[in-house]
Amino acid sequence: MDFVGQTLSWRHQGPTIEVELHRAPLNEIGTTTLSELEQLADYVRQGGGGAKALVWWSSRPGFCAGADLRELHGGLLQRRDRFDGLGPLAKRGLRRVARPLVRRQIRRFIDRIHTVFDTLDMAPMTTVAACHGVVFGGGFELALTADLIVAERSARFCFPELRLGIIPGFGGVPRLNRDVGNALVRDLLLTGRSLNAKRAQAAGLVSQVVPKGEGLNAARRVAAQAARYEDATRIAAKRFLKPLPVAELARERDIFCDLVTRPETLAALQRFVDDDSAQPYLS
Amino acid sequence: MSDAVLTRLSGLAVDRFGAGAEALGPDDDLFDTLGIDSLQALDLLTDIEEAFDVEIPDYEIQGVTTLSGLAEVIGRHR
Repeated sequence: MDFVGQTLSWRHQGPTIEVELHRAPLNEIGTTTLSELEQLADYVRQGGGGAKALVWWSSRPGFCAGADLRELHGGLLQRRDRFDGLGPLAKRGLRRVARPLVRRQIRRFIDRIHTVFDTLDMAPMTTVAACHGVVFGGGFELALTADLIVAERSARFCFPELRLGIIPGFGGVPRLNRDVGNALVRDLLLTGRSLNAKRAQAAGLVSQVVPKGEGLNAARRVAAQAARYEDATRIAAKRFLKPLPVAELARERDIFCDLVTRPETLAALQRFVDDDSAQPYLS
Repeated sequence: MSDAVLTRLSGLAVDRFGAGAEALGPDDDLFDTLGIDSLQALDLLTDIEEAFDVEIPDYEIQGVTTLSGLAEVIGRHR
């Protein structure tokens, strides 16, 4: 079964499901993308029409810039706007009530995305992400659910979340911890720096670096090769090679939800949303 | 900084941003002169890392807006 959505589409190509991310500008993940990812996860859970491989690719100028921060900020702000016109005591009292409500709302979003990403991480088919350009935040976390990452030379991998007063919330750090060494994980997270494709390959994060425009073709070749093997063997191999870091993922959800509802985070989101300078990704 | 580094940087800017970058002086502001954004700047950073075989953390180019500034950062990593 093929699918055409507002933010992503998939189609069967032989034994492979090719998932195209196509939301402008850079595949930011908001509630619409999440709903469509849930549809994909349901399909994968039901066997994906017998597919043996799945390829992620983007028809936008980058792979994915992460969570839709404007939507997240809008949701948090909407709650605060309800306090306008109230006196300070009433505001304080309502905030005490509202903060847990916002936290629950965000918790629901995070729980949903974790369910989707865990399903995709453990998909019974071999999954390959073809990355180019920006692979930031939630986009990096999506790529990390894949069994293999093929990167065009233009790809840059980054966790900028600490700039916003949060940690990655879509399972990125436990998955990165699973794949590479502590020094790199801490450098990426604690400095917010980005890595180019070549360095990501040297660190063991990327399996192939290919020229510009060749990512999808390379990922297709990887998928075609992986699809030759028998289902039971592939599934057993994946379970052995790539166990789900369940406890760390649960801890990450708690920390993210604790941090995201703080006033400091709201202020940082406000700065990002208001930033019309040419350098928001270099701040 | 050497002229060779600046010449090479200038070539990378032309390759990345087209003929408009040919007249770019070493101290001209890349963002103002070429109208580029931070994502395009990251593309240029990738080109620089590949061309000079260096690895430059993003935070070292924060606030760097000129070719001469980039040449200095490259110099620290060679």
